[in-house]
Parts: sequence; structure tokens; C-alpha cells
Amino acid sequence: MSERRYSKEHEWIRVEGDTGTVGITDYAQGQLGDVVYVELPDPGKKVARGAQAAVVESVKAASEVYSPVGGEVTAVNADLAGNPALVNESAEDRGWFFKLTIADRADLAALMDEPAYKKFVAELG
Amino acid sequence: MRYLPLTPTDRRDMLAAIGAASVDELYLDVPAGARLSRAIDLPDHLGELEVERDLAGLAAQNLAAGAVPSFLGAGAYRHHVPAAVDHLIQRSEFLTSYTPYQPEISQGTLQYLFEFQTQVATITGMEVANASMYDGATSCAEAVLMASRVTRRKRVVLSGGLHPHYRNVVKTMTGYTGFAVDVATPDVTGSEDLTARLGPDLACVVVQYPSFFGHLRDVTRLAQRCHEAGSLLILVVTEVVALGLVKPPGAMGADIVAAEGQGLGNALNFGGPYLGLFAARAPHVRQMPGRLCGETVDADGKRGFVLTLSTREQHIRREKATSNICTNSGLCALAFCIHLTLLGGAGFAKLAAINHANAVTLAEKLGGIAGIEVATPAFFNEFTLRLKRPAADVIDALAVRRILAGVPVSRLYPERPELGDLLLVAATETTTTADMDALANGLREAA
Repeated sequence: MSERRYSKEHEWIRVEGDTGTVGITDYAQGQLGDVVYVELPDPGKKVARGAQAAVVESVKAASEVYSPVGGEVTAVNADLAGNPALVNESAEDRGWFFKLTIADRADLAALMDEPAYKKFVAELG
Repeated sequence: MRYLPLTPTDRRDMLAAIGAASVDELYLDVPAGARLSRAIDLPDHLGELEVERDLAGLAAQNLAAGAVPSFLGAGAYRHHVPAAVDHLIQRSEFLTSYTPYQPEISQGTLQYLFEFQTQVATITGMEVANASMYDGATSCAEAVLMASRVTRRKRVVLSGGLHPHYRNVVKTMTGYTGFAVDVATPDVTGSEDLTARLGPDLACVVVQYPSFFGHLRDVTRLAQRCHEAGSLLILVVTEVVALGLVKPPGAMGADIVAAEGQGLGNALNFGGPYLGLFAARAPHVRQMPGRLCGETVDADGKRGFVLTLSTREQHIRREKATSNICTNSGLCALAFCIHLTLLGGAGFAKLAAINHANAVTLAEKLGGIAGIEVATPAFFNEFTLRLKRPAADVIDALAVRRILAGVPVSRLYPERPELGDLLLVAATETTTTADMDALANGLREAA
């Protein structure tokens, strides 16, 4: 059983037990354009909630990706190194960035659920 | 163009506007000991003819490297630059153009930079090269910073064969950001072993090739040991012509090559402007500093050039940029590119072979003099002599005889009196037999 949450910085996190899987939203990839490179954290790295954890680079810009919750990185998506376009093709599934063990589940409460995020994006125009 | 100096009224108005009583008041924050308390000892004014005459008289006291037998090296080398190089770089399309910020309209500039990069990658044996840095020393420091980004480590080992100026620039550029710089003792004999300094916290080892003292050593094994420890090997080349003859850094496992490109296309220029070469392995390209040109096709499928991977640069990436360099040594890079193009691959190898042959002949002549020992067994076009007297004194004695006999090591290692009897001597394709004999005769009497 998994639940999915969204940040105002357009990251998503899929929660399964203590593990979270993080990526950027389909809306975010659409804004960035063609993704050409993703810089991922080293497994074992501890990240604070809202701290920079990765960088996504498109033909237009380089943007920081923030961890929506605090925790320790356990895995990164190795497929992105050879095929960063996965972020465009499948932002919220195969284009995930990293997994982490969630330090404090209370962090999740500050995030949006899917209807709230959809409303948030719609209001951005 | 009219030259409009400030009038006393202009000065008074500006000072009044900011509430200062005098210009000197603006410098009050400069410590008194660092301020000049007297007028500068120069005549108030002189006519153009008189100034020309005075300065020409002063200039005549110099020994220009091109006018006398010269064996100067130690990171700056006198080579013959074909007249075509100067003629072409003085075309205004090249001479006055700045590094392109709206790059794709400057296809000519991008094309020569792309060709320059291709040449640098080819002669260093590396996979990717940038559009150049300011000089070899800043290239070296940038290479250290890049190694730290790649490895996420901050300890650095500098070989005792690294040029002291390069060492100083590395220390300056890493001095305030938490680096630990471990400098080996001067490697006069070319026998240092840096493997004991490796470790899991080490970002990189920096080795000069050929070394400051002229030694040529294969670093393949050191590269392997670095890679086993997760560290990078940076090779520094201060005499780029050597790459026409020696084993390419890439073939020995170097991860980054930082080189001084002055030796091709560029005169000694009194120490600058020079040309930093920077090459690396493809997987690290996003951590490279500086500008990078790429070849592509336009909407119609025609060949064209772009500045690529600009997201590493500070005009896009701001404080997260790989470097604060937003430019390159464009005109020096063009001169390098034209000279190397004129030479071609075979010509470059032949030029290097002539340099080496001249240096070997010179070493034989000088090594045969009583009291002089050649301290560098394997070299390219520069080697170290051990004299019986302080090398600086010998240099002075030979300068009186209008011979530039080389660079005393004490000039670059003033804090090491034990190196005082060492003299660096370089020969290039410009060195004649008469030059060599003049030096040999001079040393026979002065050393």
C-alpha cells in the first residue's frame, strides 16, 4: 500500500513503509523541457527536509531538486545516467530520482495530496 | 579622439558631492605604511620625442631573449612563430571579438574554438577539451577544484616536480575553502614516490610532465594507484611542444590535463597573455570549468557550432557554476590553433624531435665541462645542471657577456638555499650550435 505526496517545489514522493521514492512531477518536466542530465546524490547521504538533493538540467536551465522529507538516501535511479529523457517520458514513475528512508513521518503532513497539488498547479496558470 | 582630463573644478565638485576634503582622504582606510607619502619621482612632463628617447635607452639595457643566446625556460619557452600566425590573428574579425555571449551568430569564432579543442584533446590524448583558460597555472588550480567536485574530497597532493608558481596558484585558489594541500619536497632527482600519500580522503595528485626539473617519468602506475584509491591524477604540462614526442597523458591514465599552451603560436610576451589548456575524460565533462564549443547541425541539416553545456557556467548556474571563468584566452588559442594547423601532426612531431635533439646536444656539451653535472637523466628540451657555485651568480656573470644562461632554481625556490647551485637550461628549435658553444664557453669560465 503506497501513498503519494507533492511539494510546492514540484517534487513527488511515493511512501511505502519507511521508504520514500522521490522524483519531479509531470508538470515540472513539462516546464523544464528536454532533460539532458540529472545529478544524483550519493547513497548514504543524509538530507534535511527542503534541502537540495539533486540537480536536473534541461536544454533551458539547471534546477535544484529538493528533498520533500528528511532522511538518508538509500538508492538512486541509475537508468537516468544513460537516459535522462526518462524524466520527460515517465516523470512520476520510471523517471524517479532517489529513494530514502524517511526520518520523520511528520514531514509528510506538510505536503499536498494529489487533488491539492492539481489545484495548486491549476492556480499557477 | 580627444583626451579630456579632469579639471581642478571637476575634482573639487566631485569631492564636495561626497563630502571629502581631498583625494588623499579617500585612501585613509589603506594602512599608512602602504601609502606613498611623497610625490612619485618622475618629471612633470616631457615631449613625445624625449620620452621615446628615454624609454628606448632603458629598453636597450634589457637582454631580449630573441636577440642573444637564450636558454630560458621554466614554464615559458621561446619558439619560432611563423609570420602567418601573427598575420592571421590580426584580422579584425579575430582581433577585436570578445568571447561570444550570443554565441551562435559568431560561427567563425566557434569554429576555430572547436578546432582548437579538437587539437588539444588530440595532443593530450584526452576525450574532451575546453575553449581554454587564462594560463597553465590557473588551469592547474581549476583542475584541482574540478577533482574535488568529482571526488567530493578536499585533500590534494602536489608533486615536488610541480612548478612553484603553479603550486602557489593552487594554494591561493584553494586557500579559503577548506582544502588541505600536501606539497612534496622539491624532486630534484626525479625519483619521488607519492603513493604513500594516497588515501580514501584524497581528491587528486598533481604531477608535472616533464617535471619542473625536466624529468620525464611514466606515470601509468601512479594513475592506477590513484584510481584504486578513488582519486584523480592531474598531469600538468608547462612545455606543450613536448606533447609532440612524449607519451600522451591520456595514454598513461591521466584524468585531467592542465597545460600551458604558450609554446605554440605565442611569443614569450613578458609572461603573459598566455594560454591555459584544459582537457579531461568525457564522464567528467559536466564538472569541467570554462566554455565548451560543440559541433552540431542546424534546422536545415547544415554543419554548425554552438557553445554547449552552458548550464555549468555562471551566467546560467549562478553560484553553483563549476568556475567563475566566463571567458577564455581567445586570441592566444587562435594563434595556437593556426600554428599547430600549419605544422600538422607530422610537423608537430618533427618540431618536438628537433627540440629534444638540440637539448641532448646541449647536455652533452655542458655535461663535459669540469664542475658541471647534468642532474636530469631523461628529459625533453630542458634539464637541470648542478654547478659548483650559486647559479644566480653564474647567470649574472653570463648576462654581462650577453648570454641568457637559463633560470636559477633559487629564483623560484628562494626559501630553499640547498637548491642554490641548480640551473635550469632549455633548448628549442631556435637554439643554434653557436648559441650552445657560447653558453659552454661562458660556463667553462664562470661556473
